[in-house]
Amino acid sequence: MSKAEYTITVYTENQIGLLNRIAIIFSRRKINIDSLNTSPSEVDSVHRFTIVINETEEVVRKLCRQIEKQVEVLKAYYNTAEEIVWQELALYKVPTEVIQAEVKVERLLRQYGANAVVIRKDYTVFEVAGHREETDRLIKVLEPYGLIEFVRSGRVAIIKDSEGFHEKLKEFEYREPGEDTIENEFLDQNEKVFTM
Amino acid sequence: METLASTKEAPTNSTAQSVSGSVAVLEALLAEKVDTIFGYPGGAIMPIYDALYDYNEKLRHILVRHEQGAIHAAQGYARASGDVGVVFATSGPGATNLVTGLADAQIDSTPLVCITGQVFAHLLGTDAFQETDVINITTPVTKWNYQVTDATEIPSVLAKAFYIARSGRPGPVLIDITKNAQMQLFDYTGYTPCNHIRSYRPKPIVRKEYIEEAAKLINAAERPFVVFGQGVILGKAEKEFRQFIEKAGIPSAWTIMGMSAIPTDHPLGVGMLGMHGNYGPNLLTNECDVLIAIGMRFDDRVTGRLDKYAKQAKVIHLDIDPAEIDKNVKATVPVWGDCKETLPALTELIEQKVYPQWLQRFRDCREKEEEKVIREELNPSGDVLTMGEVIRVLNELTGGDAIIVTDVGQHQMVACRYAQYNKSKSNITSGGLGTMGYALPAAIGAAYGDPSRTTVAIIGDGGFQMTLQELGTIMQFKPHVKILILNNSFLGMVRQWQQLFHENRYSFVNITSPDFVQVAKGFGISGKSISKREEVRTALKEMLDHPGSFLLEVMTGKENNVFPMVPQGRGVAEIVLTREEV
Ligand SMILES: Cc1ncc(C[n+]2csc(CCOP(=O)(O)OP(=O)(O)O)c2C)c(N)n1
Repeated sequence: MSKAEYTITVYTENQIGLLNRIAIIFSRRKINIDSLNTSPSEVDSVHRFTIVINETEEVVRKLCRQIEKQVEVLKAYYNTAEEIVWQELALYKVPTEVIQAEVKVERLLRQYGANAVVIRKDYTVFEVAGHREETDRLIKVLEPYGLIEFVRSGRVAIIKDSEGFHEKLKEFEYREPGEDTIENEFLDQNEKVFTM
Repeated sequence: METLASTKEAPTNSTAQSVSGSVAVLEALLAEKVDTIFGYPGGAIMPIYDALYDYNEKLRHILVRHEQGAIHAAQGYARASGDVGVVFATSGPGATNLVTGLADAQIDSTPLVCITGQVFAHLLGTDAFQETDVINITTPVTKWNYQVTDATEIPSVLAKAFYIARSGRPGPVLIDITKNAQMQLFDYTGYTPCNHIRSYRPKPIVRKEYIEEAAKLINAAERPFVVFGQGVILGKAEKEFRQFIEKAGIPSAWTIMGMSAIPTDHPLGVGMLGMHGNYGPNLLTNECDVLIAIGMRFDDRVTGRLDKYAKQAKVIHLDIDPAEIDKNVKATVPVWGDCKETLPALTELIEQKVYPQWLQRFRDCREKEEEKVIREELNPSGDVLTMGEVIRVLNELTGGDAIIVTDVGQHQMVACRYAQYNKSKSNITSGGLGTMGYALPAAIGAAYGDPSRTTVAIIGDGGFQMTLQELGTIMQFKPHVKILILNNSFLGMVRQWQQLFHENRYSFVNITSPDFVQVAKGFGISGKSISKREEVRTALKEMLDHPGSFLLEVMTGKENNVFPMVPQGRGVAEIVLTREEV
């Protein structure tokens, strides 16, 4: 099995210390987290983690099981790049005078779909949402024009065939949940019966 | 103050009374039917100890001599009683002294609730006196932990703690309570036990289709083999397990943690798995056609080299913890669930069978092991005493009814290989972590956990010196613990490895010991030291018959080795019976 980029989506209770509990599942196994984003989900009191790692599917599946084992984790999913829609947000700080002087820069920014967030006399901040390669490319492009500062967020991702978490959460609140709330037992659904 | 999202609040009623957080802690323990606490006081837990002063009649508190002793005692209590062990410790050093025991309990799935005091909430993060970030230190070694800074949370957090510790795959829980919360008065409306947390699934749903597939495999098998672990004991499924193997007629071997779930002399019991387990179960793991793993986790000490482990077999894995399935060994059929439920369902679908020829293979292996290892170990021809013969005589005297608590090393392996067990929960040992110093405090806990039985702690001369301060606990509280030190004047297990794998380069394994009998005497505990074969029986009898605790030191051969052995890095079928074969 070869390594690939996987996006892990975790729904959790909003609990202090849980970030650490989840992070050490990776660090204990000396697995690097490429990107991590955590914020409230669409459901009240439920948080959503988006974690990107480069690993084999087998490792990712085992990691998800370890994550789901944590008491305050509701659910963990993993997906390949094809199964998700994802974005990262990047901010670029550029001297305002350069943009004013160089028509080319303005054109470039438009070409990359950049929006101005702040315009001041001395600098302007642009934002771009996109994939890593796109936001990377714009750094290269802006460097000759005196890029002052750059920052990029962790990945956020929507799972293409997910139906959201509202319905699922109701399931969790039942004492006897339906089968799909524990579907992670079947993280590997391709092969119904495992073979050695 | 944010409350726990998933914990149901206690119903408010008009009978609310103002109590302190400390009283709420003790009321929670009473509501959870706790009778014994192992602990040690200190500045940050003083309010709880102050409240305990008035609960002296209802709650027994055992003052240990070191917090590591408290937590191992609680582990021994939990393992002997099948219930949750409870620990009190103060902040800072008190709490950090619990870490070894938490790691041990985590890896051996022992249910514990540990309550640690913490500095005042307003001092958190200021490097206050005896402030340690206990929550973060203990996160990797607890099933769950939580810091309480407001007393109103105490009833619901403790309810959650007990529920999590004992349900599903059990494990240790630590609750850190700041001193202000212990002192805070609040309207207490009673204690409601917890039985549901929406994000927590203690038991996976049992899937009929997998039970059916498993039964099909078992019914078609020619050489099926059962390997079982502590899951059978933790699931209180000893009876269901016996019914299963007896109907299926399948030879069954135990891991060190599964030991005593069935009597050691059960006709289908073929011995212990693992590095120093029995010859047959290891060798024939690689000859069975269906391997049925029940409540065990394929530890590397059991599997040896994974790529040489049971490659020919179809594997059925029954476990309550979904994360264990496929973790080390891929399952052909995974059977998630509590074995108390899955085993009877499986038993129903399987055919009544016997496998006389297959069972004979185990007997043949046993004979070979008897001849090459066991006979000489149990009835040695030479002058020096072996650990095995001491265990043999112990078996004869206890009839297999004692709780045997072992430490870690050669004596542990010998005790587990040869001790006889008639009842479940009779073998208490540090299996996953291999914690030297475990046995003495764990035996103290076991004596409280099941006072109806004799508790024998079998300990090496090295391990005994790691926690011998707990003799003070025995002196003061008088639990009945029979301490059997098997003294080979070496850190024997490490010496064995140095001899076998490091060309006899004995590097710091030569350990000297104090006069253990004198030490015991200093603690008011009677004792005796022997080194001759003819003394063994009378001395063991004296130890067992003595009213109360007794320390018996037996001087055994210095350079005896434990065999058979699956050398590290080799497959189970490469198990060797003698030193010459290593
Ligand atoms: C706390 C701890 N430190 C070190 C070890 C490594 N270790 C495993 S067995 C062993 C030797 C134990 O010697 P002793 O207690 O005399 O028992 P014996 O093997 O001689 O029966 C050691 C040092 C351990 N298991 N636990």
